[in-house]
Amino acid sequence: MKNLLEYVGLEPGRIHFSWISSAEGEKFARVAKEVYERVNSLGPVKRLVKERVEVA
Amino acid sequence: MQNRTDKIKEIAKRLLDDDKVDLVLGHRKGTISLKNTPAFAYNKDEVEELLWDGNCRSNLATFLPRLKDKRVAVVAQGCVSRNIVGLIIEKQIPRENLYIIGVPCIGMLDPNILREKAPGEILETKEDETKIILKGSGFETSFEREEALRDNCKLCLHRNPTLFDELVVDEVKEQDVSGRYDDIIALENKKPEERTTYFDELLSSCIRCYACRDACPLCYCPVCFVDESNPQWCGKSTDPRDVLNYHILRAFHCAGRCTECGACEDACPMDIKIRMLTGKIEKDIQENYDGYEAGMSLDAEPPLATFKPDDPQQFIK
Repeated sequence: MKNLLEYVGLEPGRIHFSWISSAEGEKFARVAKEVYERVNSLGPVKRLVKERVEVA
Repeated sequence: MQNRTDKIKEIAKRLLDDDKVDLVLGHRKGTISLKNTPAFAYNKDEVEELLWDGNCRSNLATFLPRLKDKRVAVVAQGCVSRNIVGLIIEKQIPRENLYIIGVPCIGMLDPNILREKAPGEILETKEDETKIILKGSGFETSFEREEALRDNCKLCLHRNPTLFDELVVDEVKEQDVSGRYDDIIALENKKPEERTTYFDELLSSCIRCYACRDACPLCYCPVCFVDESNPQWCGKSTDPRDVLNYHILRAFHCAGRCTECGACEDACPMDIKIRMLTGKIEKDIQENYDGYEAGMSLDAEPPLATFKPDDPQQFIK
């Protein structure tokens, strides 16, 4: 799925997958930080976003 | 081509006469030229209409889940037989009710190429193993069959049926295909922005008619995700995002099951190259699961339907 989303043009690093057990607090913190840094550096998402239709 | 048609009729007659099957599923001439239509032959008259030529592009396996209570004989070339294997593995159709009339295939023709080659409206097509002759009012052109093959047939690796009860002619030589994924690799190597633009353009003409889904033998869900409204998985408008969403999801549902039969592209009224999505998934499946190809054997385990501890999982942090 990640491959496919990046193939259709989503920036690499926008989408992340992880598997964290409830006992892995440290891993959770690490992954959350990594995801935040990566996505933050990419800025707001522009692709695959549906514009809200303007209704007068 | 005529030898295949004759043999299909002969087998169909025999099966119906001996009461081996309730109906024979094949192709017959359609109402417009260059497009054959599926035929459901229950009696001798209907068997006479059956034919086989380069315009049998629809996938007959699509109808089998809806006919599973009947004893069906089905005409199947390489890709269709692989879809039948897939449907049996997925327990959608019982093998014992099926009689597969295998047709070693030499590829189907692309109607757009044929139309380009003809100076006017095509009224009659004649073809044999190597040549195509197009006739219309005031013209007659002939050319090599290879020139008019569909893209997916040019790149086909399995022309002979993988599962059959009877073959209509001897097996044909499989093609020596190189560069099966060239166009997909070329797109992969482009920048993400260029790929976004490419898909926006590719899908911009989509009218959400769902003909690709209806023609696809893999799309047998009683209720499709696009038709569900509670929850609504996918927007129903022709907004580019909704369209892309639909095509990505449909393609992903076909992962590890698609046989590149080309029925979706044939059904598409807007000539969208849907195989740019399904082909990418096929390539990924082959790379990640030891070159797995859908529908090659009844004992195969579909990679996305089975769990193995050593399944590739580089994408998980």
